[in-house]
Amino acid sequence: MSVDKATVARIARLARINVPEDRQEELVGELNGILDWIAELDEVDTSAVEPLASVTGHGLPRRSDEVTDGNRVDEVLANVPETAGGFFVVPKVVE
Amino acid sequence: MADLLSLSAVEARAALDAGDVSAPELTGAYLAAIEETGALNNFVAVTADRAMEMAEASQARIKAGEAGLIEGIPVGVKDLFCTAGVASTACSKILGGFTPTYESTVTANLWREGGVMLGKINCDEFAMGSANETSAFGPAVNPWQASDGTDLVPGGSSGGSASAVAARSALLATGTDTGGSIRQPAAFCGVVGMKPTYGRCSRWGIVAFASSLDQAGPFSRTVADNALMMQAMASHDLKDSTSTDAPLPDLMAALDKGVKGMKIGVPSEYVMDGMDSEVVALWEKGQAWLRDAGAELVEISLPHTKYALPAYYIIAPAEASSNLARYDGVRYGLRVEADSLDDMYGETRAAGFGDEVQRRIMIGTYVLSAGYYDAYYLKAQKVRRLIKQDFDTAYETVDAILTPATPTAAFPVGRKVDDPVTNFLNDVFTVPANLAGLPGMAVPAGLNADGLPLGLQILGRPFDEATLYSIGRVIEDAAAFDAVPSRRAGGA
Repeated sequence: MSVDKATVARIARLARINVPEDRQEELVGELNGILDWIAELDEVDTSAVEPLASVTGHGLPRRSDEVTDGNRVDEVLANVPETAGGFFVVPKVVE
Repeated sequence: MADLLSLSAVEARAALDAGDVSAPELTGAYLAAIEETGALNNFVAVTADRAMEMAEASQARIKAGEAGLIEGIPVGVKDLFCTAGVASTACSKILGGFTPTYESTVTANLWREGGVMLGKINCDEFAMGSANETSAFGPAVNPWQASDGTDLVPGGSSGGSASAVAARSALLATGTDTGGSIRQPAAFCGVVGMKPTYGRCSRWGIVAFASSLDQAGPFSRTVADNALMMQAMASHDLKDSTSTDAPLPDLMAALDKGVKGMKIGVPSEYVMDGMDSEVVALWEKGQAWLRDAGAELVEISLPHTKYALPAYYIIAPAEASSNLARYDGVRYGLRVEADSLDDMYGETRAAGFGDEVQRRIMIGTYVLSAGYYDAYYLKAQKVRRLIKQDFDTAYETVDAILTPATPTAAFPVGRKVDDPVTNFLNDVFTVPANLAGLPGMAVPAGLNADGLPLGLQILGRPFDEATLYSIGRVIEDAAAFDAVPSRRAGGA
C-alpha cells in the first residue's frame, strides 16, 4: 500500500494540520518510505494471534463512582489563549 | 568546587548527613556547572531561585534528622514532566509558555524525598527522536566529542538528561522511554539509564507520546545512584490506571547480591548486519565479565526481533496521533487565529508541531483511518503479542538478557540522513522492551577507539528491576568505567 498526494491531503485534513502544497509533495515520498518499510510485517503469520493492546497484565482498576476532584475553573483556564466569563473562546461555528 | 561535582549521589547523601557539605553548597556547585556548560544546551530553563529555596529546606530537614531518600540532591527534569509554576513545553512550540498548575506524580515523589529541582531539561519535541535534534530549543550536545573535535548528539529523546548527568551539571535527571529514549542516550553519553517495567512509575503529569509504551526512569552516573533515584520516583498512583501496586523491592539491597548462579540470555537475533565491530567486541566482553562473576551465559532466541521496529513505528505514531489531538489552540499553548474553527486548529497545529512530529501524526492518522486499521494497526498489535511471547518463553530459562544498548556510538550533530527510517534504526535493541513492557537498563561499559562511550543493555522480567541492578553493578565494577567526557575534562 502506498499514498499519493491526494491521500496525503486527506490525512492532513483528518489530522487537522494545514500542510502546504509543496510540503504535501515531499510527504508523499517520506510517508511511502516508512510504509514500505513497515510492510515487512506482512511476512509474519498472525492468523491465530490475538492483538495485544496492554502489557499491564491487569484489568482497569475500579473505584466507587464519587467526585474526587473539581471546582478548579481558575486552574483550568490558567493557560487559555482566549477566555471570557469563565469560558473558552473559539471562532464562531454557528451563523 | 570540582570535588563536589565528583561525588556520586550516594556519596553526596553521606556527606550531607555528616555535615561535610551543605545542601545549598552542593546545589550552588551544580548551578555554577550549568552555567559553565551552557554551550551544551542541555537545560532549557534553570530554576536557580527555586533550587536554592529547596536546598535550604533540605538543609533544615537534614539538621532535623528528617532527610528523605535523595534529600539535598540536585535533579534535572526532562521538559516532558509537568512542574507546577514552571513552564513545561515538551520542547515544542505548540506548548510554548505552558505553565502547569499541577505537579507530575514522579516529580512530586522526587521532591517529597528531598530532591532539589535545578531546572527543565532539553529533549526531542514530544520525545519523538533519537538525537535530541527535533527540540524547539535546538539540539542538546553530548559532552563527549569525537577525537577530531566534532560535536556529537547526546541521543534522544532524553538527550539533555543524559548530557547533563554526563557533564556533571545535574547529579540525577529524569527521563522517559517510549522506544529507547532513556537507554540510548545513556549509552551515547556514558551514564546509567533505567527504563523500569511499564506501570512502575506513574505517567500522570507527563506529556503523553504513546501511552501503552511510555515509562519514566532515572539517569545517574553510577548504578547505585540509579537504584536510589528509582526507589524515590516509583509509586502506585490512582491517577494512572496502568500504574502497578506490585511492591517495589529494596533496590539498594540488590546492588551487592552479585550474579552467582544466575542464568543470563544472549539473543542470537541481536547480531545485526552492519553492526559496529567494537560494539560486538564489548558485548562479548560483557558476557565474559558476567561469566567470571559466576553467571551462566545461555544462547537464546527471540525470533520476532526484526519485526519490533516496524511494529513500533505503527503503534507509537497511532497512539501519538490520538494523544496529540488535544493540542488545538483552544485550552492552552499556541494559537494561530483564523476565520473558522477548523482553520484555527489546522494553522495552529501546522505552526506549532515540528516536521518529525507532523510526520508521525500523519502516519498514525493513516494507520488508524478507515480501511487501513486492520492491515496496519491490528497487525502491529498482533506482532506485539508475538514479541512479548518471545520474551515470556526466554524467561522460562533465563533470569535476564544481555545485549548491546545501541548499534553504534554517538554520531555527529546535524548528520544528514535521506530517509526517516535510518534514524529509527538507533532504537533497534531498545524498542522490544517497550513493546513487551519489560525493564531495561543501559550501563556504560567501555570506550571505542575514538574515545566515545559504549553501553550494554540488561533486560529483565516484569517487575524484576532488582535483578537488573545486581547485574548492572557487576558490569560497572568489571568495566571500571571512570572516563570523564572531553568537554568536562578539558573545561567546557
